[in-house]
Amino acid sequence: MSDRKNPTRRGVIKTGAAAGAALSTPYFFTGTSLAGGHSYRNEPKGKDVTFGFNVPQTGAYSEEGKDELRAYELAVEHINAGGGGMLDTFSSKALKGGVNGKTVKFVTGDTQTKSDAARASAKRMIESDGAIMITGGSSSGVAIAVQGLCQEAGVIFMAGLTHSNDTTGKDKRANGFRHFFNTEMTGAALAPVLKNAFGGERTAYHLTADYTWGWSQEGSIKKYTEGLGWKTAAAVRTPLGAGDFSSYITPVLNSGADVLVLNHYGKDMVNSLTNAVKFGLRDKQVNGKDFAIVVPLYSRLMAQGAGENVKGIFGSTNWHWSLSDEGSKAFVKSFGEKYGFPPSQAAHTTYCQAILYADACQRAGTFKPSQVGKALEGFKFDGLGNGPTEYRAEDHQCFKDVLVVKGKENPSSKFDVLEVVEVTPRAKVEYKPELLGGELGPYNDGPV
Amino acid sequence: MFSQSRNDWLLFIGFSIAVLCAPILMEPFGGNYPDLLQKLAIFGLFAIGFNILFGLTGYLSFGHAAFIGVGSYVSIWSFKLLTMNAIPAVLFSVIIAGVFAFLIGYVSLRRSGIYFSILTLAFAQMCYSLAYSVLTPITNGETGLQLRALRTNPDLGLLDADIRVLDQALGIQETSVPTPNFFGLQTSGYEGFYFCAVILIVGFFIAQKITNSNFGMMLKAIKSNQNRLNYTGIHARPYLLAAFVISGMYAGLAGSLMAVTDPIAGAERMQWTASGEVVLMTILGGVGTLVGPVLGAGIIKYAEQKVSSWNEGIISDFFSFLPAGLQDFTASFVSLFVGEGWHLTLGLLFMVIVIFLPGGMMEGFRRIVGLFKRPNDNDTVSNSATAQPAE
Amino acid sequence: MDEIFLQVLNGLDKGGAYALIALGLTLVFGTLGVVNFAHGTLFMLGAFCTVALNRMLTTSYQRVNPDKTDFLGNPLKEDIPYVQDWFGADFSAFVFDYNVPISILLAIVVMGLVGVIMERGLIKHFYNRPHADQILVTFGLAIVMQEIVKHYFGANPIPQNAPDIVGGAANIGAWIGLGDNVVYPVWRLVYFAFSATIIFSVFAFLQFTTFGMVVRAGMQDRETVGLLGINIERRFTIVFALAAIVAGLAGVMYTPILPPDYHWGMDFLVLSFVVVVVGGMGSLGGAVLAGFMLGILQSFASMNQVKAIFPGIDQIIIYLVAVIILLTLPRGLMGRKGVMED
Repeated sequence: MSDRKNPTRRGVIKTGAAAGAALSTPYFFTGTSLAGGHSYRNEPKGKDVTFGFNVPQTGAYSEEGKDELRAYELAVEHINAGGGGMLDTFSSKALKGGVNGKTVKFVTGDTQTKSDAARASAKRMIESDGAIMITGGSSSGVAIAVQGLCQEAGVIFMAGLTHSNDTTGKDKRANGFRHFFNTEMTGAALAPVLKNAFGGERTAYHLTADYTWGWSQEGSIKKYTEGLGWKTAAAVRTPLGAGDFSSYITPVLNSGADVLVLNHYGKDMVNSLTNAVKFGLRDKQVNGKDFAIVVPLYSRLMAQGAGENVKGIFGSTNWHWSLSDEGSKAFVKSFGEKYGFPPSQAAHTTYCQAILYADACQRAGTFKPSQVGKALEGFKFDGLGNGPTEYRAEDHQCFKDVLVVKGKENPSSKFDVLEVVEVTPRAKVEYKPELLGGELGPYNDGPV
Repeated sequence: MFSQSRNDWLLFIGFSIAVLCAPILMEPFGGNYPDLLQKLAIFGLFAIGFNILFGLTGYLSFGHAAFIGVGSYVSIWSFKLLTMNAIPAVLFSVIIAGVFAFLIGYVSLRRSGIYFSILTLAFAQMCYSLAYSVLTPITNGETGLQLRALRTNPDLGLLDADIRVLDQALGIQETSVPTPNFFGLQTSGYEGFYFCAVILIVGFFIAQKITNSNFGMMLKAIKSNQNRLNYTGIHARPYLLAAFVISGMYAGLAGSLMAVTDPIAGAERMQWTASGEVVLMTILGGVGTLVGPVLGAGIIKYAEQKVSSWNEGIISDFFSFLPAGLQDFTASFVSLFVGEGWHLTLGLLFMVIVIFLPGGMMEGFRRIVGLFKRPNDNDTVSNSATAQPAE
Repeated sequence: MDEIFLQVLNGLDKGGAYALIALGLTLVFGTLGVVNFAHGTLFMLGAFCTVALNRMLTTSYQRVNPDKTDFLGNPLKEDIPYVQDWFGADFSAFVFDYNVPISILLAIVVMGLVGVIMERGLIKHFYNRPHADQILVTFGLAIVMQEIVKHYFGANPIPQNAPDIVGGAANIGAWIGLGDNVVYPVWRLVYFAFSATIIFSVFAFLQFTTFGMVVRAGMQDRETVGLLGINIERRFTIVFALAAIVAGLAGVMYTPILPPDYHWGMDFLVLSFVVVVVGGMGSLGGAVLAGFMLGILQSFASMNQVKAIFPGIDQIIIYLVAVIILLTLPRGLMGRKGVMED
């Protein structure tokens, strides 16, 4: 609608008075939404510009959501100050304090890790708080739902933690951008490392969370490990939030498989991994080989919940605080000094997304989604902790190195859960944009 | 058909005005934006329908979210296959939700009390679990069923490309993914709110008629003493089934409106928490009253969308008139209850309401109004908000 | 064969947890006539007794260790638990190892108190209120307790370890002549034995004590028992506290199986109601039977061979069984007429 950020008395009376006339004059409202002299949705008119941070604050992912919010606050601080943290190591030097001469403010919303709630809070931020963009999220279902909404509403969506292929594959949208990696890259990066660690003749047993992300993850791991000579004994679907996974673990013992792949995330990952280790799988010998457990997508925050059970277990992650490049060090330092503990990968990706968005707006000289999008497309940058990175124009997906990690045997602190085993270079995880299907479609700048 | 007592007309007219003026009424609370207003109307409608079953007969269903889900899925499929016009979507949703309600109700109503509640819960949870996983070819699982552009490549499945037979036959041109409309009038934004509001008012009117009809009296008789009804030779179950189907259709309508104003349908709408939410809305507002459930829906949706957004920064600003030390203390104390702590507020609200106002918010209003009336007027006041027999 | 044996064990284990939660729930239904939506939350609170004890035991002061550095490169401040300083490393290691069993003692006290306070402070006033009111107020209470736990302990699961001696997996196959692949975590066997003991004790308590006799009489006909001049109120409080303790202990012992988080209450709420209703409202034996039955059926439903025939059956088995039972046996497995049917 028109200028929702500063609702004027006049506007209110107008909408109210229209109540009776609404049906008889159908285009009255379309008319009002044209008014206001905006050239795109929520064009900032004052000294400020508002970002919308949409993260889970209640429910199972609320710790991740909290960490994302911390990172966003830090990012806003750095953007407004024109320096600090990874902004100093970022290869683009466009940001000099504020964005396009405006101070960044932010509003927050609770996604509850539910698509409906996430769309509702995103709409609130767009319709009521005048947010110029939406960013955040901690699951793929939510990310895809909010991305679709932002496309319809005409604002940019900078995805948070979402790992499903579909976000920048089948369900990609012109207004949506993702920095986080995906299951395809996990498969490509993880499979060779697994082969090196466990040998080329292995039989894998998959337990897969029974929803889109789980299937996508299972498919990628299967594809790449089978390409390297592994066999797949079975792939069993488990209900989301099953709690006790024991009845899915016991069949593994008799299946003849010698690797267990847990395509679970969050609480399911913590529970299934704990169960698997307690059933003695990690100490077992099958076909004369040590049994191995793999968790394709690791989250340090969640891995802490599995305690000692993660030791020696392989997986992949988007970023880890123990990396020693300048960007990561600067980020860990600024985050750690402010909050007293190291940031998670969720915090890292959301921080990057906020910085990348602000930088693109500055380089484009406007907040107009189509032009900001053009500034992000094909944008090559460095210094944000992942090495040289590119926002691919064809699918709005970042391509960068992927970290293969494993649970640390002798952690020195409670944050020191994972160690980086290998940094798989970007060239090895890159795929053709057509592989995952979908259409970006045109940019939407909103009801102009 | 239109004969009602003066009080009922007043209630209806007052309700209609309040709903249509909701943008103005919500302005002071920062709630004047399309999405919240739409949600108020939609969940109000859901709660009104739920109240026909629970408020009148006392049968507590924990599975009404299933009908919301069915309504949403049917609407989106109508958009995908037939036309972007909202009318067929709404009609099909209501009918198919009614069919589902008939089937589930027919089975569940063989039991009463908590056995009935658990049966409805079980059916709804089965719908939810299956929609999330096995039925993905129909529901698109976790990602949710969405609209797509018209099919150009015949290899694409119907989940990934739409056909819209009717629109195509009428020769309607599309660029990219269209949005639902009501004969050309878009159904998102404020237009969407008024679309929902008119349906809410109609739904309220129907509920009022049902409550005041002989059928409504029969339902209330079931609540007060089903045994006595049986002794008089009346079979309660057909009446109960009718009430169950009607309230299921209201839920389907609400689900359909969710899809009309925001074209996506996800399985989590069917989860037991969603069914629980409408129970809470109804009790919070006032069971058995007509306005109460709408009020309860409004409060819960407002808390979910607005209270959850009051982060520490906003709270600090709000208390900036206080001295610095006190400001920090107050802000950090208050922020326990808002922002990410909004669940806590909701929990406390449920407890406070049910402990001190057993009749919900409506009882609160009655008591307040009662304070300003002469004592011997109390009886008529307490009846004004509840339903009264027509003649 | 091996596999079926293991699934039976899994089922008994799950069933033990279901039965313990449902036992308290149905006891409260049967005697007090209260629908307690906060019962799952009591299970969660019990689990957090373990977490809290762990926190208390590891209450530490910080000592700077100049040889090591923390993640920011500053000298590492090591956390030294007071217990370790006061009683020496051996004792503190022992205490940490036996954290879960020790917290049983804490849980009995804490959950007993929570039960008494809840009953006296809130539930008491709801004996004669409609079930809908009871549901709303206890649901509100459940949210409040859950949010308080979340505020202090966060939303993420917090791992708890069983004592080392029972922390591993036992090769049951070797004991009873089945294959080498029949291994089972020892703690799960302990859990099953524990739940059986608790269930047996509760039944013995109700069967063989005067107190139990009065409670059973109260479950049959509350009014008459009241008329006999027996102080039923005080007994109600004790029954409620007992139910809270049973739920809490079930939670404590469950922590090494799954890491507890604040949301356990809601996760187990629906399930525990289904168990109670399938068993028959107000029937203790029914609740236990239904708990074990649903646990075992759930385990069998998740076997690949079964899922190959009925895809997705493991997602809905609990509800499907509930529907079938309730349609064939009007009051569940062992329910009595007239309880909670209005």
